[in-house]
Amino acid sequence: MKRIHAIHLAGYAASLALTLAAFGIAKFGWLDGALALVAIGLAGLVQAAIHLRAFLHLDFKGSQREDLQLLLFAAVLIAIMVGGSLWIMFDLGHRMM
Amino acid sequence: MTDTTTDAQGVRPHAGIPLEHPDAETAHATERAVFGFWIFLMSDLVVFALLLATYAVLLRGNTGAPGPAEVIELAYAFPETLLLLTSTLTLTFASVALREDRARGVYGWTFLSLALGAGFLALEGAEIAGLIGKGHIPQVNGFLSGYWLAIGTHGLHVAIGVVWGLILIAQFWIYGFCPAIRSRLVRFSLYWHMLDVVWIAIFTVIYLPGSLVS
Amino acid sequence: MLGRLSWDASPFYGVIPAIAASVVILAAIATIVLLTVTRRWRWLWSEWLTSLDHKKIGIMYVVLAEIMLARAFIEAALMRTQQALGAGAGDVGPVGAEHFAQLFSTHGTIMIFFVLMPFMTGLINFAMPLQIGARDMTFPWMNSIALMLTIGGAGLVMASLVIGKFSTGGWTGYPNFTGAAVNPGVGPDYWIWALTLGGAGSTLSGINIVATIWKERTTGLDHLMWMPLFCWTSLCTALLMIFAFPALTVATVMLWLDRTFGFHFFTQADGGNMMQYVNLFWMWGHPEVYILILPAFGVYSEVIGTFSSKKLFGYTSLVWATMAIAVLSFTVWLHHFFTMGASANVNAVFGIATMVIAVPTGVKVYDWLLTMRHGRLRFDVPMLYAVGFIVTFVVGGVTGVLMAIPPFDYVVHNSTFLVAHFHNMVIPGSLFGMMAGATFWFPKAFGFRLDETWGRRGFWFWISGFYLAFMPLYVLGLFGMSRRMATYLHPEWQPWLIAAWAGAGLVGCGLICQAIMLYVSIRDRERLRDITGDAWDGRTLEWLAPSPPPEWNFGVRPVVTGRDEFGERKLNDEAYPVPDRTAYRDIEIPANAATAPLIGIFAFLFAFAAIWWMWWLVWISAGAIVLLVLWRSMRFSLHRQIPAETLYQADMAHRRTILAHADGDIGSGAPMRHARGTEGYLARERREREDRA
Repeated sequence: MKRIHAIHLAGYAASLALTLAAFGIAKFGWLDGALALVAIGLAGLVQAAIHLRAFLHLDFKGSQREDLQLLLFAAVLIAIMVGGSLWIMFDLGHRMM
Repeated sequence: MTDTTTDAQGVRPHAGIPLEHPDAETAHATERAVFGFWIFLMSDLVVFALLLATYAVLLRGNTGAPGPAEVIELAYAFPETLLLLTSTLTLTFASVALREDRARGVYGWTFLSLALGAGFLALEGAEIAGLIGKGHIPQVNGFLSGYWLAIGTHGLHVAIGVVWGLILIAQFWIYGFCPAIRSRLVRFSLYWHMLDVVWIAIFTVIYLPGSLVS
Repeated sequence: MLGRLSWDASPFYGVIPAIAASVVILAAIATIVLLTVTRRWRWLWSEWLTSLDHKKIGIMYVVLAEIMLARAFIEAALMRTQQALGAGAGDVGPVGAEHFAQLFSTHGTIMIFFVLMPFMTGLINFAMPLQIGARDMTFPWMNSIALMLTIGGAGLVMASLVIGKFSTGGWTGYPNFTGAAVNPGVGPDYWIWALTLGGAGSTLSGINIVATIWKERTTGLDHLMWMPLFCWTSLCTALLMIFAFPALTVATVMLWLDRTFGFHFFTQADGGNMMQYVNLFWMWGHPEVYILILPAFGVYSEVIGTFSSKKLFGYTSLVWATMAIAVLSFTVWLHHFFTMGASANVNAVFGIATMVIAVPTGVKVYDWLLTMRHGRLRFDVPMLYAVGFIVTFVVGGVTGVLMAIPPFDYVVHNSTFLVAHFHNMVIPGSLFGMMAGATFWFPKAFGFRLDETWGRRGFWFWISGFYLAFMPLYVLGLFGMSRRMATYLHPEWQPWLIAAWAGAGLVGCGLICQAIMLYVSIRDRERLRDITGDAWDGRTLEWLAPSPPPEWNFGVRPVVTGRDEFGERKLNDEAYPVPDRTAYRDIEIPANAATAPLIGIFAFLFAFAAIWWMWWLVWISAGAIVLLVLWRSMRFSLHRQIPAETLYQADMAHRRTILAHADGDIGSGAPMRHARGTEGYLARERREREDRA
């Protein structure tokens, strides 16, 4: 097996493990309530990061990478948009109860 | 941004597995195309983020009719996830084969990835047919509208990806491994991997919490 | 076969719609006849529509914007007329309520999507690649497609005049006005699809602009802080386009699914949530304000620097302010719906964020003022617009900060105070900037300047008309007049509305002056000829190229060694060196592409068919677009070779022209000064430097 595949296989294995863990939490109720949601959310975030690293080959080597800059910018904006939306709409929903 | 980390041909690193190029001009052309496509992917990511945000907002909008507890099942989502994850790995093998100019590897791994993608689509089709059979169509309530649009948009992306991949294989077959088409496979793999990231977001936001409710 | 298209779609439901439809049809016929008689079809097709030259694409954007501006102004004038005469109950005034609603919807939609968007995209397309010393945009074919999609969207708005009706739901299209239950016709679908085509074009343009600025800068410009400020604002605008337009797309697609297929995203009764539409719409809508205004800020920066004959004061702070505005613009969207009923904390956070955005904007205003201080000011037409902008925009900004205070917003929400405020931002903040830019770069595009006298008249009519038309609306808003009212029962409002009507008349005179300006300039083009390519004593690279520039822009791509590169070269007598034959290389430029306009046509048909539910045509058009893209993907020689010798000869010819018109010393800046014949400021600047030394 070539060396370049090491990161791919490691990424795949980690991704698979996280998937299994997340689905396990949901299916078998290993954790409950809010804790389960937090764990699933964290697993998802870590898994997405692993994919970006292992399969899209993004890294911090030479911090000038423009694709990484754009992705981080997108992440900030997505956080603002999604977070803002949920805050605004749940606040509104709460007041309309 | 004055520091430019570039490779031997003066090309800045881009996402995905970089190719070896015969000359600097081709290298730059690929770099530009990949960068432009990357920007598009960022825009597309925002689309999916907003679809998921809307889904979350509409979660409570099930007006008595079916909600996540009745609709969401992991029986499809789990194998769908495994298929997509595996297709991402196999497409990476195709990218490495392309970098090393191993034609058989490119054809075989790309085709396998597309087949896995098609398998995903088949499962999703079955899932959707089941939903329709139970009357869980998007016209029923806000929750179902949000659910259908989120997974439908992702499914449409995968379907476009499968067709695109087949076209690429055909073009490789007809025109050989010319630089323009090699550069397209780099972009295609970015698209495919990014769809996988989107799918991770979808099962994390829609399927797993949805099944927790029940 | 024809879906829901039938004879009911004919425009004979009123006198004004019938006239409007006739005008559109007659104009179309006249254009066709004119093109046929003058045998210009081939010229139009091969010189313009299929061209991938960024300069021509830019010019076509601006032409589209001007045409649509004429229509949007007529609508504004009709609305002003109606409101001036609309005091009383029932059907007073010339325009019925239904038609009035169409007018304010089309006016807003056109001004945002088909005047300001194409105008600023056109200016960026034209000037930015020249300013960074590039030969073209990174993706010339995609550039052309973006233009054609925008034209297709504008075409839909025009088609709605003749076939069916446009939306009556306002330019924001809130679902309580555009949902299928309340508005079942085709109007909102016209609106949705016009926005979708325009939005798709804008996203593609945004991608292209960012890629171009990132990847095509000439040698030396890896120092980003040497880029002209217009490039910075173009970059930030393009980033906003890429990240904000998805929100609009998501909102309008959901609205379309609701309307056409009975989904329940925004229908309150079945578990949808109407406020999510408003939330998504403004998540795009607020960045959109800055998408429109930032390029104008860039134009003003170039204009104020050039006509103050100085380097920009506080260049670095201008750059950072631009970036700060771009990011902050994503954090304020809720201020468009303070009255939705969110809790005080939510409103407070967004109110404060809104006030914060005034800070970088204020920084810019001070930078421009300090650039003018101690400058040698020249009040040519672009500079007039810039100065008029600063004064007027500050007024609008102050009313904006007022409205950022949620309790105050509750008082004036949806009143004409708001109408006055956003016109006060967008007309000076964007439209004046576009006009300044168009006047500024016109000689670069066509080789002669615009007539100064008529340009000045146009400016004075525009700005006085603006004040007369919109200051009364502030007052009326405080009186409590709601926006979008065709008639009203308060006779005491009428004098103010008549004043606003007169203001619209003045703006109309401004437009007429600008039309005359164009005619006079073309007639007198020999008198106005820009021989050197440097019509205004410019400071940035685009003035280095001849006017109009050759399709390859620069024979040898210039090397940049500092900010205001061309100005510095003129100071150092290095502006026009003898071309060095060995530096020239054969180059490739993109060959014309017929696929782009064809894709535009099919996109138009696709949208038109989706509006009228002609599903067969939807599928055919979609298939045609896919096939065209596929066809293009199988062509591999998409370039034309231009030999080095051609480039060299062109540069030599340009240099000979300059030499012939310069009084000997071609580094002195003397030939740079335009027709009024004063000594070039650079010559003076240099003498003063020598005196000091």
